[in-house]
Amino acid sequence: MDRADYQRLRWRCVRRALLELDIALTRFLDNGFDQLDAAEQQAFVELADMEDHDLWSLISGQTKTDDPRYAPIVALIGKR
Amino acid sequence: MTIPVLKFDAVIVGAGGAGLRSAIQLSEAGLKTAVLSKVFPTRSHTVAAQGGVAASLGNSEEDHWRWHMYDTVKGSDWLGDQDAIEFMVRKANECVVELEHYGMPFDRTDNGKIYQRPFGGHMSNFGEKPVRRSCAAADRTGHAMLHAMYQRNVKANTQFFVEWMALDLIRDSEGHVLGVTAMEMETGQIVIFHSRATIFATGGAGRIFHSSTNAFINTGDGLGMAARAGIPLEDMEFWQFHPTGVAGAGVLITEGVRGEGGILRNSDKERFMERYAPNAKDLASRDVVSRAMTTEINEGRGCGHNKDYVLLDITHLDPAVIMKRLPGIREIGLQFAGVDCIKEPLPVVPTCHYQMGGIPTHYSGRVVAPKNGDLNAVVPGFYAAGECACASVHGANRLGTNSLLDLLVFGKSAGDSAIEDLKSGKAHRELPQDVADQAQARIAALDNRKDGANVHETRLSMQRVMQNHAGVFRFGNLLKEGVDKILEVEKAARQLEIKDKSLAWNTARSEALEMENLIEVAKATMLSAEARKESRGAHVRDDAPDTPEFPNGRNDKEWLKHTLFNPVDNSIVYKPVVMQPLTVEPIALKTRSY
Repeated sequence: MDRADYQRLRWRCVRRALLELDIALTRFLDNGFDQLDAAEQQAFVELADMEDHDLWSLISGQTKTDDPRYAPIVALIGKR
Repeated sequence: MTIPVLKFDAVIVGAGGAGLRSAIQLSEAGLKTAVLSKVFPTRSHTVAAQGGVAASLGNSEEDHWRWHMYDTVKGSDWLGDQDAIEFMVRKANECVVELEHYGMPFDRTDNGKIYQRPFGGHMSNFGEKPVRRSCAAADRTGHAMLHAMYQRNVKANTQFFVEWMALDLIRDSEGHVLGVTAMEMETGQIVIFHSRATIFATGGAGRIFHSSTNAFINTGDGLGMAARAGIPLEDMEFWQFHPTGVAGAGVLITEGVRGEGGILRNSDKERFMERYAPNAKDLASRDVVSRAMTTEINEGRGCGHNKDYVLLDITHLDPAVIMKRLPGIREIGLQFAGVDCIKEPLPVVPTCHYQMGGIPTHYSGRVVAPKNGDLNAVVPGFYAAGECACASVHGANRLGTNSLLDLLVFGKSAGDSAIEDLKSGKAHRELPQDVADQAQARIAALDNRKDGANVHETRLSMQRVMQNHAGVFRFGNLLKEGVDKILEVEKAARQLEIKDKSLAWNTARSEALEMENLIEVAKATMLSAEARKESRGAHVRDDAPDTPEFPNGRNDKEWLKHTLFNPVDNSIVYKPVVMQPLTVEPIALKTRSY
């Protein structure tokens, strides 16, 4: 991921509608994101594009995703 | 270097509820309208609003706008302007029905009407008993509202500038507002938005406090820009706090946790609410609980290394009950406190939630400021709505579900006023020669400064000073010290340095620019709070206690007035509260008790 793409992703993670996501996504970007491979990073970009309530429901375990690309990333974001 | 100029009839800064509602009015009236937003519109903080929108539709039981007006005046502790409050509650039904026609999926009754539920402080028959007045779309009212209004704007050809940051207000020598300078985040390019009407709908600034339920985006950009342009800020001492935010993170723990049996404990494991509210205990009202928590912390009975929080204990509840009745709470504890609330209590502190003050406006949405002896002189071409504005309908404290109503009613009225003011077909006023100097100088200073202050550290200093000196329960000596401390932080905030000088998506620069806005709000809050020597609504001082002469510490003789803080010279003037409604008898002063 080039620098501009990463910086754009960062802005879209640190300025969410919900405080829960500001914190959870910023934390993941700072600790975990760079260990993902390119395909996993792309899956994270797609997750970050979701509506805030839907994404928080996934991360907080209130809903589940069957998508094999997303499930492991959601689990990583939710890992404390 | 020539700076590009984009011309619009109207420029709106902020794409939350108030901004989108204004834009609908303007675009549907055929005016060329731009909306600037730091984020995609449906990612604005309005999304977080769950409770609903208040309107006396009377769908579930008898209701009347006069009852809603009474509740709002009382909630405001009589600091709300009664003309603006009458205007808002009488427009409520129309605004909710319009929203329904935009496609808002309100919850329904069996016969197809909008379902209404009760909400704290909303009563029937002038405070007699709770009334069902809140219209909601499940627990996603704000989210549904934004989607409905965004779609409507797309249909009306509103032009969105997404991921753009407004930098400064443009005013000419006569004080007319002519638009804003703004930065496209993707390129770092500065552009002038030249407009005939400029509407601020930039939301609140809850991030001035260390513990805040507000998302990171709430940095008071509109207030900062207004302050730098010499517009005073009104009633900034009034901030609503929620008793239970997760310590260190701010994430809200719903009142339902105490409703299900959660108990607040201090470092001695004592259930301290028994001393403050022997009957209601942990279920006492928000302000009573918040004050008790602050007293425990201030008297050294806080928990943790810094003794700066108390504990919310639900370990005695059946885990099955926690999982069933309080979904998401366990995850919030795990994620944001590192605590499994089934086994250990949660660390909590009173947490900033909503800003009652803001840019002073008339209920028409026009911004007003002192000029030539007139405390309410209209600033031509400038409008504001929503949490960034102070109409003032919330006065010293806001009722739940009145915030979504505020942004609908005043978003619409700001749009209508701009349409009215532009009817004469007046051309764009000429831009001043130095139109972009201020914004360019701020960016250049950030790029060139060496040995300046670190943005993150300066923000943290500000947040700690605000939390410790102007929190939910205030003390004269702490406020005094707080004034000196925040003025020190201000010096650092004027000398910020960033390491990253790149143009594209430079989040360090954006955060530094936000910090320059936050400090304006923090300073206005601290100095206004220190100056107001009474307790009223959300501003509660230890040295203005409840006495027979001054029930709840409120002193109407001296303090029934609005604060206008002038950020240029840190001076304060006061202006009278409007006690005369538009068509009905005034609601007479009374002690506020529930």
